[in-house]
Amino acid sequence: MNKISGVRRVVGAVLIKDLRIEVRSRVVTNQVLPFAGLIMIMFAFALDNDDVLQRVAGGLIWLATMFSLVVIVQRSFAIDTSDGALDLLRVAGVDLSAVFLGKAIALTMQLLVLDVVLVAAAFLLYQVQVSAVGFVLLVTCVIFATTGLGFVGTLYGGLTAGAKGRETLLPLLLLPVMAPVLIAATRATEAAFGSGGAVTSEGWAWVGLLAVFAAVFGLGGTLAFGPLIDE
Amino acid sequence: MSQVSPRLAITITGTGTRFTRVLGVLAVVVMTWVVVSGLFLTPQDVVQGDAVRIMYIHVPSAWIAYIAFIVTAVASAFWILSKRHSMGFDRVAGASGEVGVLFVAITLVTGSLWGRITWGEFWQWDPRLTTTAFLFVTYIGYLAVRQLEGSIEQRARRSAVIALLAVLEIPLVHFSVVFWRSLHQKATVLDPNGDVKMDGLMLFTLFSGVIGFTLVFVWLVVHRQRTMLLGDLADQQGLDTAILARQNEGVSD
Repeated sequence: MNKISGVRRVVGAVLIKDLRIEVRSRVVTNQVLPFAGLIMIMFAFALDNDDVLQRVAGGLIWLATMFSLVVIVQRSFAIDTSDGALDLLRVAGVDLSAVFLGKAIALTMQLLVLDVVLVAAAFLLYQVQVSAVGFVLLVTCVIFATTGLGFVGTLYGGLTAGAKGRETLLPLLLLPVMAPVLIAATRATEAAFGSGGAVTSEGWAWVGLLAVFAAVFGLGGTLAFGPLIDE
Repeated sequence: MSQVSPRLAITITGTGTRFTRVLGVLAVVVMTWVVVSGLFLTPQDVVQGDAVRIMYIHVPSAWIAYIAFIVTAVASAFWILSKRHSMGFDRVAGASGEVGVLFVAITLVTGSLWGRITWGEFWQWDPRLTTTAFLFVTYIGYLAVRQLEGSIEQRARRSAVIALLAVLEIPLVHFSVVFWRSLHQKATVLDPNGDVKMDGLMLFTLFSGVIGFTLVFVWLVVHRQRTMLLGDLADQQGLDTAILARQNEGVSD
């Protein structure tokens, strides 16, 4: 019982710490959100066709999310390692699984905000449409996909934290791992938007896959984060 | 662990032993047979013509690629679970990973060549192809993690965790790609899993190829893990020499 409440306290403290850093520095708001919006605009320049944009809007939202995720993760761990904050947490004897969960939840919350903006941008720029049932599917998909991305981003961010050349190594490791999320979240979002004649009910199976991914990497990350950091 | 007397490193002049020499000779004999039989003795395929001969390299290299991946994962698990964290497991995992990358590359190249002749395209988004491509990228990431700076123990721990995470990742990638293609592509131009009716010699040559490639794989992994040991010893010895030189400076002053 004591251990559980201790873990909960550490998760809460790390979560609040990460969110507080964001509130004070406003990097996600002032830099990552505009960066993600810019990606959406650049896609429109590159594809240059309203029908094509409507058809591929789901994929573009998730690609923009993943590129932004790499930026957010790198920054989050750069802060933790630059002043040896991560080492201090280790020295303090804190349960590193709890640190993992705290950071993953903070990352998931930032990604949720990012995705709300990206979906709004898709409505404005790509003229996608969504039904009431499609909206429920979209919200569920975003929640599970960002949770999975939060776990996997934190895990690989921890692995490359403090390593030389992490800027180039992180995308190389992270993008292949995120491929199932890209496929599943894109298909579910397309089903929600009805892109290319997709039916909304087709999307729920993909949400199931997103949930499995989140569960697998949530568990894997909780077990592996400690050994990765603890050296 | 990796602490072996520096004198041992000096006396080692190569990575070969009687076992690896016998293995090497066997591999050469079997591979020569595969080349001769594959190119000259086996008949053409009724549909694919001479293109079917690529199969004698493609199938065994794909087999070895997956075996290498499993060896890396199992050796990594042993490293994590063993109480002494023996570096031998780490070196076998790393050597198998490197050889695996080579064989996945051979698989992809030979598969593309076969696809160009048979399907008219170098690449199709077939689940098996896509999973193999992801395996390739994942392996490259694994090797990149092994190159990160740090102690030998750090290298072992990081890469072991990455290897085990890949065991989670690859089935998820495969399943999602199978699911994706099953929804969007009911039938391919030519079924990539199409059964090829083989005569006895073709089957025997293919089987010989699998045996030959397995021998080459074991030979490469044994040698590579020994060169890794020598590399680790050289690093250690360099450090010992530097420390000794500093100590001698202190004595001579």
